[in-house]
Amino acid sequence: MNQKGIDKILEKHGYEDSSIIAILQDLQEEDNYLSENDLVYISENLPIPLARVYRIATFYNAFSLTPRGKYPISVCLGTACHVRGAPMVLDRLRLELGIDVGGVTEDGLFSLETVNCLGACAMGPIVVVGKDYHGQMTPAKVGSALKKYRKTSKE
Amino acid sequence: MKSINTPQELEKIRKEIVGGRDPEKPCIAITSGTSARAYGSEKVIDTLRAALKKQGLTEKIDIRITGGQGFDEREPLLIVYPQDILYQQVKPKDISEIVSETLLGNRIIDRLLYKDPQTGEKIVNKDDIPFYKAQTPYIFGNNSKIDPTSIEDYFTIGGYSTLAKVLTEFSPEQVIDIIKKSDLRGRGGGGFPTGMKWESCRNAPGNKHYVICNADEGDPGAYMDRGLLEGNPHSILEGMMIGAYAIGSDEGYVYVRYEYPLASENVEKAIGQLRDCGLLGENILGTAFNFDIKVSRGGGAFICGESTALMASLEGKVGEPRAKHIHTVESGLWDQPTDLNNVETWANVPLIINKGVDWYTSIGTEGSKGTKIFSLVGKVKNTGLVEVPMGMTIKEIVYDIGGGIAGNGTLKAVQTGGPSGGAIPASLIDMPVDYDKLKEVGSMMGSGGMIVMDDKTCMVDIARYFMNFLKDESCGKCTTCREGTRRMYEVLDAITQGEGKDGDIELLEELSWIVAEGSLCALGQTAPNPVLSTIRYFRDEYEAHIKEKRCPAGVCKALITYSIDEENCTGCGACKKVCPVEAITGEKKELHTIDPDKCIRCGACIAACNFDAVKVA
Repeated sequence: MNQKGIDKILEKHGYEDSSIIAILQDLQEEDNYLSENDLVYISENLPIPLARVYRIATFYNAFSLTPRGKYPISVCLGTACHVRGAPMVLDRLRLELGIDVGGVTEDGLFSLETVNCLGACAMGPIVVVGKDYHGQMTPAKVGSALKKYRKTSKE
Repeated sequence: MKSINTPQELEKIRKEIVGGRDPEKPCIAITSGTSARAYGSEKVIDTLRAALKKQGLTEKIDIRITGGQGFDEREPLLIVYPQDILYQQVKPKDISEIVSETLLGNRIIDRLLYKDPQTGEKIVNKDDIPFYKAQTPYIFGNNSKIDPTSIEDYFTIGGYSTLAKVLTEFSPEQVIDIIKKSDLRGRGGGGFPTGMKWESCRNAPGNKHYVICNADEGDPGAYMDRGLLEGNPHSILEGMMIGAYAIGSDEGYVYVRYEYPLASENVEKAIGQLRDCGLLGENILGTAFNFDIKVSRGGGAFICGESTALMASLEGKVGEPRAKHIHTVESGLWDQPTDLNNVETWANVPLIINKGVDWYTSIGTEGSKGTKIFSLVGKVKNTGLVEVPMGMTIKEIVYDIGGGIAGNGTLKAVQTGGPSGGAIPASLIDMPVDYDKLKEVGSMMGSGGMIVMDDKTCMVDIARYFMNFLKDESCGKCTTCREGTRRMYEVLDAITQGEGKDGDIELLEELSWIVAEGSLCALGQTAPNPVLSTIRYFRDEYEAHIKEKRCPAGVCKALITYSIDEENCTGCGACKKVCPVEAITGEKKELHTIDPDKCIRCGACIAACNFDAVKVA
């Protein structure tokens, strides 16, 4: 993000170093990930050394230090989804997208992540694509679920 | 809303709101929590609004958008008042019929009613549905009565009257005494007596006292707190305010899990409403009580559900727990006395004070009073949130409320307590559920996840699953936890890959002891529970994997093969079509076969086959 944008976020949080997690969250909300420049700029403008900013950004799962896909895909691996076959759905997504968890497809359309429970267990297994929830997923449904996003992006 | 400065003004406003509402006026309630939204509830609501407008009914019929009402399997629910007709799994296309038939024609639409799978009977009223019948929804039941984003709605069910009573009639010591006598125990997992915690915190010296609501609900398969936060945030905030008064605190935090955006949003809204009408701030209701609450969103780290890690995170640090030889009630957030309670614990507080200790302690078992909300999930027919009195048996919960096992499987185990708990075998399901009984059988209450597992669930795979979770979520501070959970995972993973060796079970038991004894916080101390409980009750499954290289449940990929049953196969080709690696061959209307070398055992063919012809062995 440009420095002006970061300044705005820092201002919103009163340049409080204890708000560092919320600051990084706001930043990521805008850009989908945290760049090296973002982290450096934040450490220069808060009384926090870069090492600590980096430590926080890597400790919490919510943060990504690499750009994510246009449609980030999250596979819920909560216990309820697991016993209903979520690992098979994840395997199929790996195969279909040709990337592993943490990766981004070459066209930048999708990235693959897992989440430990979305708390919507009745619909398990759940796959979230962008902001859309896809419930009762099976390996066979993966292809058709992704079709829509591939199409939208071509238009 | 105008500011409310005295208890009398609060009562006046309540009377005005209640008086201005006609209980006979038709109202449609639609659930729209996270689960319902995932099923498309927002589109249903938009369609309903448009349909009412078209018919000129906007002024004549109210719409109430509620949080989840528990029965997630059937979301979105639509309830027509005052007739109290429950329609389930409602889609936008159903709306025009609901308007013309039920709202205008006063006729019930049969196909949208819940059908009892056992009797085949169609059920009209919510309370007659078996899922709801056996519940005692004292806490969660209010979700159905209110729009969580409306403080007026919360006023109509008596909201903040308990706070007013406490501030004007009770001393802080009296409040603590009531909570102590109620025997309320922490609903987050530990089960520590809440009244004692409050008392210790009140008595601890410090410049400032803090109260915290722990809404970092991280146990996979548990979402009771999300249900409450989304569906009735004011009940939690009222509990926190009563607690703050008792403890002598003027500042509180709600630490909400990162994965729960709607919960954060609804709590933020509720806090904004309270500030607007002066129920947060200085001299609340004209008394000397000052209090404010902030919401903090977590960073997606399971460990932050631990109290000291949560406080570190609130201070803007990484969420690492510390040793608790000095308790957080003495030195917590910013080294000040801090009381931290779970969402459900806070929500119990107004109820206890309102209904009295005698009423409250008449519910439950000797050591566990009141009700508990469980998330009943996994291989069960009626998935959802259920609130039952402590002491109800697992069997009653799974069969009477849950409707039994989904599909055609049989019950193998019920896992409680999340990654810190254990699996309870089917042979023990007549056991009453309370804090102490669950501990006796090697599990724990935890926050209330209850995951039903059937004969197609591999218990070694489940142990591996939890250890994978724990090794990822271990913060890394204690070597025993960081390296121990990793090593246990490696052993379990090897067993599921068919590479298990004699002595692996004993090695796991030894590692369990080290991880439990050598770790600072509950994550490490309880990490071995899923492994130890599955070894205790399902040792034969471990041995089948290790000695016979066989997965009895047909789950572990390295130990199973897929084949097509000659008798059942119709040659329809459905399996061939979905196979991603072209492992299936066969002509139309002839027997198909699977090439075991190509097959990746992804399960696609099993899901696609309508004739139960794909066999796993």
